[in-house]
Amino acid sequence: MTESPLLECEGVSKAFGAVQALYRVDFEVNAGEVMALVGDNGAGKSTLVKCIVGIYPFDEGKVRFQDEPVDIHGPRDAARLGIEVVYQDLALADNLDVTANMFLGRERTRGGFVLDEPSMEHAAEETLGGLSVTTLGSVRQTVAGLSGGQRQAVAVAKSVMWDSKLLILDEPTAALGVAQTRQVLDLVRRLSDRDLGVVVISHNLHDVFEVADRITVLRLGQRVAVLDRAETTQEEVVHAITAGTLDHVPGMADAGVTEA
Amino acid sequence: MTIDPGTESQATAEPGAPAEPTAEEALPAATEIPLEARADTLGAYVGRWWQGVRAGELGALPIVVGLVVIGIVFGTLDDTFFTERNFTNLLLQMAHIATIAIGVVFVLLIGEIDLSVAFVSAVGAVTMTLLLRPDASDWPWWAAVAVAVIVTTLIGLLQALVITKAGVPSFVVTLAGLLIWSGVVLIMTTEYSTSGTIRIQDDTVIGIANDFLSDAAGWVVGAVAVAAYALSQALTARSRRARGLDAKPGIVIALQVAGLAAVAFVAIWYANRDRGVPQVTLLVLLLFVFWSFVASRTRFGRHVYAVGGSAEAARRAGINVDRVRIAVFMIAGFMAGLGGIILASRLRSVATNTGGGNLLLQVIAAAVIGGTSLFGGRGRVVSALLGAVVIIAIDNGMGLLNLATGTRFVITGLVLLAAVLVDALSKRRRAARGVV
Repeated sequence: MTESPLLECEGVSKAFGAVQALYRVDFEVNAGEVMALVGDNGAGKSTLVKCIVGIYPFDEGKVRFQDEPVDIHGPRDAARLGIEVVYQDLALADNLDVTANMFLGRERTRGGFVLDEPSMEHAAEETLGGLSVTTLGSVRQTVAGLSGGQRQAVAVAKSVMWDSKLLILDEPTAALGVAQTRQVLDLVRRLSDRDLGVVVISHNLHDVFEVADRITVLRLGQRVAVLDRAETTQEEVVHAITAGTLDHVPGMADAGVTEA
Repeated sequence: MTIDPGTESQATAEPGAPAEPTAEEALPAATEIPLEARADTLGAYVGRWWQGVRAGELGALPIVVGLVVIGIVFGTLDDTFFTERNFTNLLLQMAHIATIAIGVVFVLLIGEIDLSVAFVSAVGAVTMTLLLRPDASDWPWWAAVAVAVIVTTLIGLLQALVITKAGVPSFVVTLAGLLIWSGVVLIMTTEYSTSGTIRIQDDTVIGIANDFLSDAAGWVVGAVAVAAYALSQALTARSRRARGLDAKPGIVIALQVAGLAAVAFVAIWYANRDRGVPQVTLLVLLLFVFWSFVASRTRFGRHVYAVGGSAEAARRAGINVDRVRIAVFMIAGFMAGLGGIILASRLRSVATNTGGGNLLLQVIAAAVIGGTSLFGGRGRVVSALLGAVVIIAIDNGMGLLNLATGTRFVITGLVLLAAVLVDALSKRRRAARGVV
């Protein structure tokens, strides 16, 4: 692992009106690391991710990516830096085949108009093969015919194909059965083996413990713990989620206990 | 975007479960059988096709069945249905339906509807006819045709702007358009003629849907078409093999080319026994090839399917969804204009009722009967042609039998209903197989 983190958020805050969704949160991911982001409903996981990719601006705080201060104003900026998010609904077009979905909006053409199908199909097979996604019979079958795990794999492959460096997965296993969850978790591990930084948002601690290197716990918009998977237990994580110590009392500025 | 806190409500899993960092040995992941094996042999190819049919991917199968039924029914009820004369008549009668229906296919592909196409086609036809009047404007035929088509394309643009910018459903906008453009046709035709009928007196325009290719030219066109098809199939297969991808087996290509050649050459031979292959049939085939290419081989076509399959996925992929929608409604307007010109050419005139009657029903039915789904994202340009054949064969057969207009409406409506049922049932079947 590299010395400085791939992505580093320092003291980021975000308020929606009177609701303090994030309060001075520090968050980091290293290249080649799977960082789980856990917390109860309303803890701020989704807000953090949306702010990282620029859907909402942070109210305060700094974001550094690959050691450079960055100012991300939207998913396109994020994609340009190599940050991709796979949302829970995956955003695949059911009527199109796997290849078409993977290249949607970024089709390879000959002369600007005519699709270069063999080239795209070849690249799609290579990308999926590189991720050891082997259960897909053909990259020419429509996405509608795929299982949940296969769809997740396609959505992930679609994101990594564009030279991305950081991949954020939102509840990748929420809708999956046992075997399919296994496939997706294996896939996540392979992503980090390829030196990508991976953030996994999950409610399922069992999955988190299987796949994550470290676990960031949010509670009520604050980071209450960063735990090493190898040195912690599910009880400790659950405790942090439900009763982690808040450094700051929301709405009272710095009147609360500080980390000094 | 769509991470809303509400979606996070899955129960936190087993909070009290014992901590048990699991090892990472993979369970056997082979629980999923590949749906589609590689199909490099004839047997595998046919097997895959049949598997698709059973899963609700019916393709052109209902059409083939329907045409056989139509042939048997009308062939036994009327002696003149299967004659050379009637065959060329069918080719002439289906031309404008197929042309307008190609535009409708695009609209259905993005999951929208255009109810105005019939009267928009009439606006095109009337515009052209008025510009051609020898006693007034007397424009050259090409200029009149070009202006007519530009007008209908702009009508498509106008309606699309209301649909996309104001967010009004296309159903309502084009329903309003149906009334507006029928009124415009009425105003234009009554303004410039007392009888309500304006004759076309330009020989080139009349020739569009009334002239025939010579016997020799018919054969040449057929041979070129078959050769072009064979070549494109062979080149596709070769470039796929060169990349190490599975390709259509040579034997399948050979059989398909042979099948196409057989159908084409029998049709040409049969048409040549009468007046020959109509010119307009060649025009329709060229339009079909062009728009098929656009739909299936271009980036734009891919985006059309994506918008119809999931507008949200398309938007997130960076596709300008509104621009695709606008372009599609312009295509519908363009093809409606051409179809209107073809119909006016065949009838040698326009009248107050041009674009009325069951034209709208026929073109939408053609697209749907041909296999284009009303639910968006599914269908091919060829369905416009296949559906037009079915619709016109039924219409023509009922005409030969001298059925009352009421009866003909009822039967045509039932056929459309049957086609929609096939669409809905095959969709349900695909859903049952997890192929939504």
